[in-house]
Amino acid sequence: MGDLMTTFFSGQVPVEAYLGVSLIMFFAGVYGFLTRRNMLMILISIELMLNAADINFTAFNRYLFPAQLEGFYFALFTIAIAACETAVAIAIIINIYRNLTSVEVGNLDQMKE
Amino acid sequence: MQYTLLILALPLLNFIVLGLVDSKWKPKVAGTIGTLVLTIVAALSYYATYEYFSFHKVNGVFEKLMPFNMEWLRFTDYLHINLGILLDPISVMMLVVVSTVSLMVHIYSLGYMKGERGFERYYAFLSLFTFSMLGLVLATNIFQMYIFWELVGVSSYLLIGFYYTKPSAVAAAKKAFIVTRFADLGFLIGILLLSYFTKTFDFEALTSGNASVFAGFTGVSFMGISVLSWAMALIFIGGAGKSAMFPLHIWLPDAMEGPTPVSALIHAATMVVAGVYLVARLFPIYDLYTPGVLHGIAYVGAFTSLFAAIIAVVQTDIKRVLAFSTISQIGFMMVALGVSKMGGEQGLGYMASMFHLFTHAMFKALLFLGAGSVIHAVHSNEMNHMGGLRKYMPITNITFLIACLAIAGIPPFSGFFSKDEILTAAFQFSPYFGALMTFTAGLTAFYMFRLYYSIFWGKEHKHQHTPHESPLVMALPLVFLALVTVFAGFIPFGELVSSDRVPFHSELDLTVASISVIVALFSITLATIFYRKESKIPSLLATKFSGLHKAASSRFYVDEVYLFITKKVIFNNVSRPIAWFDRHIIDGTMNGFASTTQWGSLKIKGVQSGQVQQYAYVFLLGTLVIAALVLFV
Amino acid sequence: MNFLSLFVLIPALMMAGLFLSKSRNQIRTVAAIGASLLMILSGILTYLYLTQRAAGNLAEMLFTSDTVWYAPFNIHYTVGVDGVSVSMLLLTSVIVFTGVFASWKIDPLPKEFFLWYSLLSSGVYGFFISTDLFTMFMFYEIALIPMYLLIGVWGSGRKEYGAMKLTLMLMGGSALLLVGILGIYYSSGATSMNILEISKHHIPMAFQRYFFPLTFMGFGVLGALFPFHTWSPDGHASAPTAVSMLHAGVLMKLGGYGAYRVAIYLMPQAAHEMAWFFLILTGISVVYGAFAAVHQTDLKYINAYSSVSHCGLVLFAILMLNTTAMTGAVLQMLSHGLMTALFFALIGMIYGRTHTRLITEMGGLMKVLPFLGVSYVIAGLASLGLPGLSGFVAEMTIFVGSFQHVDTFHRILTIVATSSIVITAVYILRVVGKLLFGAVQDAHHQHLEDATWYERLSVVTLIIAIVAIGSAPFWISNMIHDSVVPVLSQIIK
Repeated sequence: MGDLMTTFFSGQVPVEAYLGVSLIMFFAGVYGFLTRRNMLMILISIELMLNAADINFTAFNRYLFPAQLEGFYFALFTIAIAACETAVAIAIIINIYRNLTSVEVGNLDQMKE
Repeated sequence: MQYTLLILALPLLNFIVLGLVDSKWKPKVAGTIGTLVLTIVAALSYYATYEYFSFHKVNGVFEKLMPFNMEWLRFTDYLHINLGILLDPISVMMLVVVSTVSLMVHIYSLGYMKGERGFERYYAFLSLFTFSMLGLVLATNIFQMYIFWELVGVSSYLLIGFYYTKPSAVAAAKKAFIVTRFADLGFLIGILLLSYFTKTFDFEALTSGNASVFAGFTGVSFMGISVLSWAMALIFIGGAGKSAMFPLHIWLPDAMEGPTPVSALIHAATMVVAGVYLVARLFPIYDLYTPGVLHGIAYVGAFTSLFAAIIAVVQTDIKRVLAFSTISQIGFMMVALGVSKMGGEQGLGYMASMFHLFTHAMFKALLFLGAGSVIHAVHSNEMNHMGGLRKYMPITNITFLIACLAIAGIPPFSGFFSKDEILTAAFQFSPYFGALMTFTAGLTAFYMFRLYYSIFWGKEHKHQHTPHESPLVMALPLVFLALVTVFAGFIPFGELVSSDRVPFHSELDLTVASISVIVALFSITLATIFYRKESKIPSLLATKFSGLHKAASSRFYVDEVYLFITKKVIFNNVSRPIAWFDRHIIDGTMNGFASTTQWGSLKIKGVQSGQVQQYAYVFLLGTLVIAALVLFV
Repeated sequence: MNFLSLFVLIPALMMAGLFLSKSRNQIRTVAAIGASLLMILSGILTYLYLTQRAAGNLAEMLFTSDTVWYAPFNIHYTVGVDGVSVSMLLLTSVIVFTGVFASWKIDPLPKEFFLWYSLLSSGVYGFFISTDLFTMFMFYEIALIPMYLLIGVWGSGRKEYGAMKLTLMLMGGSALLLVGILGIYYSSGATSMNILEISKHHIPMAFQRYFFPLTFMGFGVLGALFPFHTWSPDGHASAPTAVSMLHAGVLMKLGGYGAYRVAIYLMPQAAHEMAWFFLILTGISVVYGAFAAVHQTDLKYINAYSSVSHCGLVLFAILMLNTTAMTGAVLQMLSHGLMTALFFALIGMIYGRTHTRLITEMGGLMKVLPFLGVSYVIAGLASLGLPGLSGFVAEMTIFVGSFQHVDTFHRILTIVATSSIVITAVYILRVVGKLLFGAVQDAHHQHLEDATWYERLSVVTLIIAIVAIGSAPFWISNMIHDSVVPVLSQIIK
């Protein structure tokens, strides 16, 4: 434990650590996406997965190709797109809420036969 | 003799014209036109007969003439239906019979059917029938005969069902058509078999005695009987259906639902003898190749004759008595053909059969027209509604008596001569046969006089209107036919019609003649005792032999057997299950396919739920499976 | 532009004319003119055909023309006629003509009705004039689809069910057919789908064994082959009059015609080898349909089962593979087409008056409706094979022809098939007796109006055609016979 802490604070964090975090975040997102019925929670889960991907992008860029910046750019794009997506999604969710007074996905079966 | 074509064409034209104008003309006009056309046809027929018998004998043999023969429908290179006219002694003789009786019926109907609804239709149908019957007798080939055979069947259907609002008439018409149609199936299959092996439909080729025509049949047999015998037997079934031989006779008594003149024309004189004519037409084949079938015909004829005579004794509807008498008499003709051989004296039966056909047509038509006259007067068919009519209807009485004497076989009336020839032929064949036929002849005399006395003598029944003699148009045909009945016996028939077309002279066999006359006289005396005055004997006998009496009155339950077979067996146990099977099994299978598809799609539909989370779950599982596969396999 | 294409063009023009029509009268005028033109055209065609033949033109198909549609797939639009197609075209014209008058008062949406009706007839005409497998199949589909709408919209009773069933079963048949047709094309090695060209190639026996049953059954479904006939009772029962007429009268003949023109003509060896199996099926159709008809009480069901029986006879005769029986088959197609159209027309007219089709609820109509009654009797007599009417000619040609088969099995089957004439008589007379004769059952039926002029026109035209074939069969029989010969020479080869 002490070793790990030492390396952490000495600025030599291994890439596995970043991957570990992103893995946990991603599966937390997957789990949330699959199990949650509230649309907002689903949205948050999606964001979690996206952010996990962002962490991977930056970590790999930093460790594998330190001379380049594509990974960071990609992460920035993702954040921007995620923001747009969230905006649209929340707009839809609000509209749904106005119509149905509910944001549970189980209740959204009017379009089904 | 090209003009014989007119004999066929005129009635057809008449049918078309009368059928098309329907009720646009006055009934009287339609009737008169119909009768006039028939008069021309009859005149042409008589002239043709005169010309044929006088001028067409070559080397002592009557020629076979074919003044007209055109191809109507070609099947194969050798099989084609021709429509044409064949003149030989029997067809010319039939020409006379058909046109005479038809003319008489046309005239008679002017009075009998007066004021009936559908008078024009009646005359149109009569013309159709006359055309078909003439086409049948003049047929040059077996298929032409079949064509007209069907046409007479349908004319008979239309005329029996003339009173189409009466359910019994409709049922009778249907029965007549279906029973004869069933028999015609036999005829058709017979034709198919015959033509398959002989490669021809032509009577000329079939009956010329040329053995090479039948070479195809050599060695072909089915169930141990040669196929030619099968074919000829099947053809005879067709004839038996039309000629009401047992067990296909059931339609004829019911056919009496038609107007009485129709019964006289179709169900007494002409159409019902078509079967006899058919056998006579193909007689050389029967005689040369299938004598077994020919003997079978004799047995069927004899049985039918006796059977029908027994039933006729107890019937109370006068038209039914006559109907059974007709069946019985046709049985006589069949017997005569069955016991005959080809050529000269050997062919006595053949000649006798044709002779009896001729005389029977005349006196039976007379009997029916007389009965019609009676029915016209008392408005009933039942014997016990009649009695004592001789005072009111002298002409009908006398003519009816003449016909009864003729059918009973009393000389010098025509029936005596023809029946005597038949009995002679039957005795030559086998004494038992002769005896049986003589007994039947005795029965005939008995029931005919029972009929006669019940109508014209006996106890007078109270009538609402006093019965009156029929008008002149109805009396005239009676008188004419009575005259023919009196004198026709003296025609030297053997000189005109014989099995090999060589004239021969037939002598009266005095032994047979005297036996039959004695039997007939005895029967008549018996009938006189029983029925001339009111007598207790008939009812006593009826109670004594109540079983037989009841069975005979219900016509030996043959109708019930038929009803059982058709209704219970075929309709309920074949047709109904098939209809059910079709709706439920076959169609059920088809619908089953449809509902299986529907069920399947319902089940699969659940997969595409629209639930993204569910998709993602499946997606994730799929990814994991693939990952596992990539990693571990 | 070949003049045969007019048969497709006139219905197309009719559709354009109908589309522009405003009033009911205009619609009727357009439909009547179009149908009459088609009738005249087929008359002219028959005349030209006969004169060409008389002049000694021995080509298998006359008036042929070939247009390339899509070269990469060898798809051509090829037309041409022989005696069989000429007689089928005549039949179609008569029935289209009479169908227009039988639906003179169609309601609702007369315009749309006649639009679909014209499309349907153009499909049928196209099928009979084309000699290319692809065009044939295309027109076949054109003829099938409008049926769904015509029954579904203008039908009666369980119309959606009937329409759905009919269309689905026939589509199923055409699926088999498509496989068969493609199989024929690819296994024959021909460079076009032209039937005449394919017939010159030999399709290997191994392929024929697969594609013959597919093609035959594909067409057989339309020809009411047992056990694929069940669309017929339900479909006909719910179809409107003119559609029943056209369907039973002409469309069912597409089955027989196709089986003859495609299945037998192109795959004669397999036909010869497998005929026995299908002969048994069709033999069952013949007798079974007749027996099933005896037990029905709905007029249309009776007629539908009777069609199963009669159309069974068509396929039966085709499978006998000899000229006479085949001529008989074509004659039977003509004859059955005419008389069944007459039946359906009359049933429609009677239904329009009494509002019931159950024979148990009617009776004595002869007295009230003499014209319709007499016509019904004539149709019945034609159906049970009365000489002088077309049914007799056709049935006798079939029976005599089939009986000429050298094989005993075939002859015994023929005898079985002949027994249908008795059963036919039973159900026809049963209907006639119950429906027309006797006393009037229902007091409401006492004052029905007899046929109007357009109904009379329709009925009389059909009766004339039936009588014409029945009393003078030689010209049409010879015309068909001469055209059947090349097809059979394929088998002998």
